[in-house]
Amino acid sequence: MNMSKDKSNKNIIQKEGLKAPVIRIGALQWIKSNLFNGIFNSILTIVMLLLLYKIVPPFVKWAFIDSFWFSTAKECSAGDGACWSIIPANIRFIIFGFYPHELHWRPLLAMIMMVGLLLYCKNRDHWKKSLIYIWIAGLIIMGLLMKGGLFGLTSVDSDQWGGLPLTLMLSVFGMVAAYPLGIVLALGRRSKMPAVKTVCIIYIELIRGVPLISLLFMSAILFPLFFPQGVTVNKIIRAQAAIIMFTAAYIAEVVRGGLQAITRGQYEAAESLGLNYAQKMRLVILPQALKIVIPPTVGILISAFKDTSLVVIIALYEILKTTRTALADPAWMGFSPEAYIFVALIYFVCCYTMSNYSRRLEKELHS
Amino acid sequence: MQNSNNSSSTGNAEQKIPFLNDPKIRSIIYQILTIGMVVLLGYYLFSNTVTNLKRQSIATGFGFFEKEASFEIGESLIPYSAADTYGKALFVGVLNTVKVAFIGIVLTVILGTFLGIARLSKNWLVSKLAAVYIEVMQDIPILLQLFFWYSFFYDILPPTREALEPMKGVFMSNRGLAFAVPEAHPAYKYMAISFIVGCIAVYFLRKWAKKRQEKTGQIFPLFLCSIAIILGLPLVTWLFSGAPHRMNVPELVGFNFQGGLNISPEFGALLLGLVLYTAAFVAEIVRAGIQAVSKGQTEAAMAIGLKPGQILNLVILPQALRVIIPPLTSQMLNLTKNSSLAVAIGFPDFVSVASTTINQTGQAIEGITMIMVVYLCFSLLTSFFMNWYNKKMALVER
Repeated sequence: MNMSKDKSNKNIIQKEGLKAPVIRIGALQWIKSNLFNGIFNSILTIVMLLLLYKIVPPFVKWAFIDSFWFSTAKECSAGDGACWSIIPANIRFIIFGFYPHELHWRPLLAMIMMVGLLLYCKNRDHWKKSLIYIWIAGLIIMGLLMKGGLFGLTSVDSDQWGGLPLTLMLSVFGMVAAYPLGIVLALGRRSKMPAVKTVCIIYIELIRGVPLISLLFMSAILFPLFFPQGVTVNKIIRAQAAIIMFTAAYIAEVVRGGLQAITRGQYEAAESLGLNYAQKMRLVILPQALKIVIPPTVGILISAFKDTSLVVIIALYEILKTTRTALADPAWMGFSPEAYIFVALIYFVCCYTMSNYSRRLEKELHS
Repeated sequence: MQNSNNSSSTGNAEQKIPFLNDPKIRSIIYQILTIGMVVLLGYYLFSNTVTNLKRQSIATGFGFFEKEASFEIGESLIPYSAADTYGKALFVGVLNTVKVAFIGIVLTVILGTFLGIARLSKNWLVSKLAAVYIEVMQDIPILLQLFFWYSFFYDILPPTREALEPMKGVFMSNRGLAFAVPEAHPAYKYMAISFIVGCIAVYFLRKWAKKRQEKTGQIFPLFLCSIAIILGLPLVTWLFSGAPHRMNVPELVGFNFQGGLNISPEFGALLLGLVLYTAAFVAEIVRAGIQAVSKGQTEAAMAIGLKPGQILNLVILPQALRVIIPPLTSQMLNLTKNSSLAVAIGFPDFVSVASTTINQTGQAIEGITMIMVVYLCFSLLTSFFMNWYNKKMALVER
């Protein structure tokens, strides 16, 4: 591509001496320099356009033109298009699971609170100590809304929790609880004490080496065996524990990366001030290390959010499981692509917002 | 604090650091405490488990390995029937996991590299399409994607009688994919042997060419020669052994295809999901690796008169690979670990066979330990191999 340009330049020089460079503005120029610069790229563009032409119009026809939005299953089966009606028909079950129908406002309110809190966190001016207390208060209120039993709220057994609130709960609670644990593990791994170091290394590498579902199986089948007779722990709490154990190992590795990036001088300076270990870490090292690793931490939050979908396998009714349950209804059988696309959209919107934010944050923190 | 204490009592040389403030003693105490807590927790869990197992009268130990499994496995690389032992069933599971992971990793690296390069393309359309693909795939959970592809096979593809035939000899139906493959013939065995011979020959040719270049400065057209040897040798063998060209075309017998190569919907969905998902992450890694090589390197290589192919081979790739390999290893491990999600769509991988075993024997502790040990072995093996490769590629410093 460069070669051809060089050649043409040479020709021009030979013919009439050096010309002023062509001004590259306007739509046509843009198309030429971005889509048809060279033979190979032109062919590539045409192939891609053909491919898009083959895929996009039929998809648009299926998804929007021939589609059904608020019809019955029978009308859907008669038509050719997408049957989005499965979603409005089952929306409350997909979002809230088996939560009592008349109490749906409570998980809805809890979810709105959580989204509000997350949005509040977005602004870096709000990153103060008070934020921790706001979060603790928020989580307690959300838990109260879900569980009930106080202030005249009807108590709802946690077996009935499900859908999107469960997904959000498993990931956010998991992250909040795993974070301090991960920091402790990372500090342990960096410790000079061989016994502590070994314990932490074994834990981290063991967890990172096995798939999450082996831990979820463990929580579902083995945890009941671990406790004395008569002690039963709720299934959701057990799965939550497994997710916390899993996420903590990954956070530990990220935090370790941050700790390694802090220069020796910082440690020595803190020590020369006479700070003890806890003070040194809390006041000097961790604030710097944790700031460096904010972007990868958001990455872990994203993967923790996606990984909560795995609890389907141990039959917890998070959003993917409620969707599959709705699909198992004989009336709606065969419309699974539509339902999966809907759930995928929910996940996409959440993850995309987070990853976009993380990228912006990275840029801000770098400059 | 300690310092001030010491300085105030310099006269008394015998004054020691108080027992509890001695860092050495403190560290020993901390370690004893840690170990003690771990041991106590372990003992507590162990004793509870033993009592619970006794109460529920569940057998322990790996004796069930020798017992008859009495369940069928959908697909297997080695002959297996329900009359075989649990040990063999689990081995079939391990083989299936290895199969998915191996094919998946190879396809993922190829697709991911293409996407990574496409993301950096000067062609606006190609670059944007790659960007959209990468973003969308990364943001949708792998399990959801697996369910989607599985439903694609079951709900969207037609039954076998109306199977789609996008190319001659390829059938797509809700029973999976069926391909036409060349009919078995001894010639193919010879071709495989000659292919291996060709690879070995190329290896030695490369060594010789490098030596010659270092001595005399003459460049040997290695790339073309290698391709000629690796492709030519099997081709010649094929011609000499009678050029067999009969194809084994799948045919509809009853409700399913017979003959050819069949890919079950479970395997197809699992492979498709894993490859499409992981390739998005690999693409980002490849992109970052290529971008990590500064432009000056390319320009310097051009300045000393290297050809574009040589620039890529001798300057860009060796440097980019150094950045790419460590994160690529972790993506390969992720793919292997994610292949355990096969249990959700019914492909008989190791986790799925092990969970059937747990259900039948009730021996959950052994089953879950086995799952963890097997995946730890996979992880360790992959990281050993990649560390070895990484060391080979690493910067040799003086």
